[in-house]
Amino acid sequence: MDYFERFAIPHPSPAIYASMVAIGFTVIALIFVLTYFKLWGYLWREWLTTVDHKKIGIMYLISAIVMLFRGGADAIMMRAQMAVPNNTLLDAQHYNEIFTTHGTVMIIFMAMPFIMAFMNFIVPLQIGARDVAFPRLNALSFWLFFMGAMLLNISFVIGGSPDAGWTNYFPLADNEFSPSVGTNYYLFALQISGLGTLMTGINMIVTILRMRAPGMTLMKMPMFTWSAFIANVIIVFAFPVLTVALTMGTFDRLFATKFFTTTDGGMDMLWANFFWVWGHPEVYILILPAFGIYSEIISTFSKRNLYGYKSMVGSMVIISFLSFLVWTHHFFTMGQGALTNSIFSITTMAIAVPTGVKIFNWLFTLWKGNIEFTTPMLYSMLFIPTFTIGGVTGVMLGMSAADYQYHNTMFLVAHFHMVIIPGVVFAMLAGLHYYWPKMFGFMLNEKIGKITAWVIAIGTLLTFMPMFFSGLDGQARRMYTYTESTGFGIWNMISFIGAIGFTIGFMLIVYNVYYSIRYSPRNIGMDPWDARTLEWATPNPVPFYNFAKQPHVNSVETFWDSKNNGHELFPEPYEDIHMPSNSGMPFILACIFFAWGFSFVFSMWIPAILSTIGIFICMALRSLEKDPGYYVTVKEIKETEKKLRGVQ
Amino acid sequence: MKNRWIKLIGFFTIVTMLTGCDPLLVLDPKGPQAEVQAKDIMLSIGIMSFIVLIVFVILAYMLFKYRASKQSPDYKPPYIEGSTLVEVICVGIPVLIVIYLSVVSVDSNYKVESTPEKYEHEEPLIIYAATSNWKWHFSYPEENIETVNYLYIPVERPIEFKLYSYGPITSFWIPQLGGQKYAMADMLNTLHLAADYPGEYMGRNANFNGKGFTENTFNVTAVHQDEYDEWVNDVKDTAETLTEEKFDTLLEPGHVGQSTFNGTHLMFLPPPVHVGEEVEAAISEDDESQQNKN
Ligand code: HEM
Ligand SMILES: [Cu+2]
Repeated sequence: MDYFERFAIPHPSPAIYASMVAIGFTVIALIFVLTYFKLWGYLWREWLTTVDHKKIGIMYLISAIVMLFRGGADAIMMRAQMAVPNNTLLDAQHYNEIFTTHGTVMIIFMAMPFIMAFMNFIVPLQIGARDVAFPRLNALSFWLFFMGAMLLNISFVIGGSPDAGWTNYFPLADNEFSPSVGTNYYLFALQISGLGTLMTGINMIVTILRMRAPGMTLMKMPMFTWSAFIANVIIVFAFPVLTVALTMGTFDRLFATKFFTTTDGGMDMLWANFFWVWGHPEVYILILPAFGIYSEIISTFSKRNLYGYKSMVGSMVIISFLSFLVWTHHFFTMGQGALTNSIFSITTMAIAVPTGVKIFNWLFTLWKGNIEFTTPMLYSMLFIPTFTIGGVTGVMLGMSAADYQYHNTMFLVAHFHMVIIPGVVFAMLAGLHYYWPKMFGFMLNEKIGKITAWVIAIGTLLTFMPMFFSGLDGQARRMYTYTESTGFGIWNMISFIGAIGFTIGFMLIVYNVYYSIRYSPRNIGMDPWDARTLEWATPNPVPFYNFAKQPHVNSVETFWDSKNNGHELFPEPYEDIHMPSNSGMPFILACIFFAWGFSFVFSMWIPAILSTIGIFICMALRSLEKDPGYYVTVKEIKETEKKLRGVQ
Repeated sequence: MKNRWIKLIGFFTIVTMLTGCDPLLVLDPKGPQAEVQAKDIMLSIGIMSFIVLIVFVILAYMLFKYRASKQSPDYKPPYIEGSTLVEVICVGIPVLIVIYLSVVSVDSNYKVESTPEKYEHEEPLIIYAATSNWKWHFSYPEENIETVNYLYIPVERPIEFKLYSYGPITSFWIPQLGGQKYAMADMLNTLHLAADYPGEYMGRNANFNGKGFTENTFNVTAVHQDEYDEWVNDVKDTAETLTEEKFDTLLEPGHVGQSTFNGTHLMFLPPPVHVGEEVEAAISEDDESQQNKN
């Protein structure tokens, strides 16, 4: 019995027991549904073993949305706890676990898979390719991410959640001050999903560099592809730092090394430095693809080419470079002295310049356009003003002397939510509406979509604007309660009301999906938005081989040119198409990784050794296996195409 | 359109709030360092509001003028590559702003990292501020007294806080006197503050350090020098002596309320010396003066 005690949660509460029961029921229900409808085979053949970038994209998307709700539930609990002074809804320990999980889930398991979803789905289509460069590696990336996410998400029912903040600062996160296994979960969940992300980085870079359609030079790539390219370059440079930091943290916790300890020569701030050397580039990994999506949407619905294409590309290159030179702005208050702070203060504020260039280019894309207010466009237009507020507060934080007052306060919390929510979340929702027809063959309802966009935008302002004030009034972040005399009550109440608005907004999205599945027309044709780039030259939903014929590209907006300027997109005859075959290996390998992570979390050495061996066996099997792929014959292609286009 | 009105209203609320009757702590400075910071904050809010305004105006103009419902149905937007002049303006103005802010920022950095100019000629009071989960220990080596969770300081005199921690990283913060700085286990940090006016100020640890973080606060009382001297004498006369055992029990995790002691823990448990000889020397000097007194 002693052995199993380790799996008990250290700080149980009725809510956690309720969740356990709920999780149990959901799993049973899922198993029942899958068995009853005989869906196991379908699930295995079509999803678990797929290497199709579109299906992988959709799985990323579903995971991201599920995690959005998980993180959202955390958020609403925190805001409810803070809504009134001296609230006892949550105690300190639960509050700590919740904000830690919220941050980790939102950044690593919501925002990241969301951008991965779009990069996977859109990039190959946009460059005229039939899949990514390494389809099986891509599946492995997804399943590693997925298993990492699962590992973090079981923590609150088995063994206890991490509670040292999403930044997981050592020495607080060391055994001495965080004895529960929660931090182990954090370390292994991030490690496993981080490996997946690094693989995607390499995969996407090779895809974009090597698999573009004939005629698509680098400077004729659509803006989203450019942004994905730069983001993945940043991934490849930044993620290894996280890998190393997590490994060192793991060694400190499991094998008694002293990298980050308070004694025996450990260095307090070493973790913080590593974390932000990865962490700051990470926020640009998130925002750049989002910028790419906005660029596509704004240009499509202004019915105009993107203004200043070259400076858009240039500014992203500069951002990617500068993003590695600013990490100490996350701890100006470390005591590194006026000179160091001055240097990093200047590099930090400098990033605002290329970011500003992008904003102005979007504004000038509207100029002389013919602006149509669709849902994706509405999100983009709500993004510009709200993100500008978030961005300029970033510059304020960049003034290092003043940051001594903003740091660790709600002001900082307001800043990063005002950039990440309009910047990343709005973009993902805009992209969801924009690419929904491409993914599923019908459109989301426009009316509900627009109402949702307004609700979410107002929710954002209501939730986060008050935090600027309470921060300046001395409310530190991560406090689980406050007294009435502080005067923080009013700000937090407004914030709570905003959070309710958010909740309504996300409910509306679910309703919209349901409504549109039932009522949306299916015969929407190839090009429902009158778009400009190559991904819209395929039927909706896209056949598994993407393009029946090899497209030829003449410009950034090659599809637009083929519609309006007589460019011939498909000059070649039909040919047999070579496709990669499915494989169960990525899924199995990732499952073993899950077992591996879980064993380490609880220091169960025999399973840990066995699963490590299992991982190497899988890798060896993969290396020895020959995978010739298969061919889709011209006849099959013609039939599929006839069926797809016949429907229209 | 609705959106812009919300923003505008929000904007005016900001302005009224900032200048309003019940000022926000950080913008209500009571010491020279906090004043430098509050000035920087107001300056940057001003400049940033200007940028936000420009973006809003351009956006509103574009959306109003070029929306489809205002154009003829067969309007075909032109192809526009981009213009060097526009790019130069879009880069140039932000660059000028950033240069200006950089100058201000660098200047302020050196101000907040040194003894406040106003009180340069006064002799600074040195106070060691250390955290343990979840308390503040303040040692006054000159006076040879120590307090827990509250501070007494003289006004109009520079104060050098020497910060360190018996545990996770914490951050020493008295919003109305000046911004925060980290306290760590392996190095000693110096924070220069001063109070212009007598009063009670809120102080806290701002950096998350676990379960007791929220209550990891302390009170600051700033008084005139003579009152301060009186308080020191009072403590010397009445407070119990801080022994090593007593201090060890204090270090145990938990909350302990306020207390006062004769003697400091610096004698038997010296702070980290990572910053170099300067501090080491200071401590051994204290040691000597201590012995001389005895
Ligand atoms: C306009 C350019 C930006 C500047 C100058 C800027 C500046 C800063 C600074 C100085 C901090 C540290 C403040 C402190 O800890 O006291 C910070 C924190 C942060 N920023 Fe930004 N930022 C910018 C844009 C962004 C963007 C685009 C994102 C995300 C998409 C972002 C996400 C964050 C996050 C997540 C944090 C800190 C989170 C934490 O400590 O938990 N920022 N920013
Ligand atoms: Cu940063």
